[in-house]
Amino acid sequence: MSIRAIYMDNNATTPLHPEVNKEMVEVMDVFGNPSSLHTFGRQARQLVEQAREKVAAFIGAMSEEIMFAGSGSEANNTILSALTCQRKQCHYHVQGAYEVITTTIEHPCVLETSKCLQEQGVTVLYLDVDEHGKVNIDQLRDLITESTGLVSVMMANNEIGTIQDVKAIAKIVHERGSLFHTDAVQAVGKIPVNVQELDVDFLTLSAHKIYGPKGIAALYVKKGAPFCPLIRGGHQERGRRAGTENTLGIIGLGKAIEMRAQEMESDAEHLLELKGALRRGIEENIPDVQFVGHPTDCLPNTLNVTFDGAEGEAIVLYLDLEGIAVSTGSACASGSLDPSHVILATGLSAECAHSSIRISLGRENTMEEVEYVIDTLPRVIGKIRDMSTVYRRRRR
Amino acid sequence: MSQTNWAYTDAVKEHFMNPKNILMDEENYQEDGKGVTGNVKCGDEMIVVIKVNKEKGIITDCKWKTFGCASAIASTSVLSEMVKGMKLEDAYNLSARDINKALGGLPEHKIHCSVLGDKALRLAINDYYLRNGMEDRVKKEEERVVCQCMNITDQEIEHAVLEGARTFNDLQEMTKVGTGCGECTEEVMQLLEAYQNKHFCEV
Repeated sequence: MSIRAIYMDNNATTPLHPEVNKEMVEVMDVFGNPSSLHTFGRQARQLVEQAREKVAAFIGAMSEEIMFAGSGSEANNTILSALTCQRKQCHYHVQGAYEVITTTIEHPCVLETSKCLQEQGVTVLYLDVDEHGKVNIDQLRDLITESTGLVSVMMANNEIGTIQDVKAIAKIVHERGSLFHTDAVQAVGKIPVNVQELDVDFLTLSAHKIYGPKGIAALYVKKGAPFCPLIRGGHQERGRRAGTENTLGIIGLGKAIEMRAQEMESDAEHLLELKGALRRGIEENIPDVQFVGHPTDCLPNTLNVTFDGAEGEAIVLYLDLEGIAVSTGSACASGSLDPSHVILATGLSAECAHSSIRISLGRENTMEEVEYVIDTLPRVIGKIRDMSTVYRRRRR
Repeated sequence: MSQTNWAYTDAVKEHFMNPKNILMDEENYQEDGKGVTGNVKCGDEMIVVIKVNKEKGIITDCKWKTFGCASAIASTSVLSEMVKGMKLEDAYNLSARDINKALGGLPEHKIHCSVLGDKALRLAINDYYLRNGMEDRVKKEEERVVCQCMNITDQEIEHAVLEGARTFNDLQEMTKVGTGCGECTEEVMQLLEAYQNKHFCEV
């Protein structure tokens, strides 16, 4: 019997799209420095700028508003770290607007940077979320003041898939004259995102979540928006991010985006169908389960489910032995003993947070794979619950 | 796809896939001693029950249940096999290190999970003593000497962790533990992690 390999952890990372793979192999020998004036440099420059145009067009931006970065984490760090800039000409310094508002369910790269800002004297306020993971917009209205320099709210959550009403949030933020950043790493390429329509000032997207290569991301910086570089020492990216461009990665990102433009809509339909079948299959075959995340405003590929009395890491490892790859919470949290901060923020108990797994589907998943998961899960959960100290006790 | 890069050893994997001695019929199991430890809020809980041959003072059966990860499952499974036929005193003195050895080693960040089983076992043995009028044989957890050279108990290590010790060096400075022959180093490291987890599990 051949061991299966079913990958359902696409919010952690995705396999390369075959077209991206092909494109990157084709340009593998393009080694010129895009800043060089000679033929080699100009060839690389042309490819980089073509990729920039694709990324810009896909989110409704202008090319000059797209800056490439090494990762989504770097892009998010860039935006947040600007708040502590003490240069006289820096926007935040001029405005004296040092406060930051973010949420309790952001990615650790935002939360950790926020903590760091707090240690440097910046006031950071955290918006709560409801049971579905939706940000409390009334609370934002209450907390935002003229001292608020930046509001950062993720567009779609990596663990539970909940999509925020970014447009409404941006409107409130701009009414108070503040700036708005959204970490859209999980959103761009999965749901339609248009920076003009949403009216955001900064937006982060990443290649490896959308079938592109790792180590490359992009940051949208609205024309005229204040900006403070994190990495200095070069004129690259219009002086916004020093360092020789990751030409190959940038071309890969451009191709990945091009493919999303072509396939996003049909993929979303396919993913929603698979997710619906998966959800029904779990509900019908396994008792005492609870789905986390917004019932409708949710990424089409993300399903977070808690299995009462079954410990999450054990579930993940038993499924792995059955050839199914899923995760507990976020990949970044693996190895950590703490329950998911996102699940806790939705008001569920620590025990629930320890009993949840995230299934994140991708374009390559099939209905047959979903059926195999539905066939396998009840046995795995049953086995873990049989040895659970809490499950049968509660069922008595 | 091959499973060759499995993070745990083959022994861990085997005990994880086919855990031995799970307590399936908790209501009707006639145990002679029972121990419960851990906290579901911190992500793990363990119940260990034992049957004892009273004449010989030997454990004849050991069953368990857990809300725990792969390491907790595997380590308690192997423990439950090890203690059958073992004298109560010998079983009581089994350490996380003995279990770890039987499993061929656990990833460092998972060792804390493996102490649940032997801790619950010690509680079960004490419970047996109490039920049978042998209060004098009950050993308090904190009385176990970990470092024979410097006569340091696990309670002292726990105190040091509560006082801020985070590394083996911290512990050495604060308690002198492991400054003699160094034999206890591995176990002290496990205790250090276990106590950090016990007291500083953020919930």
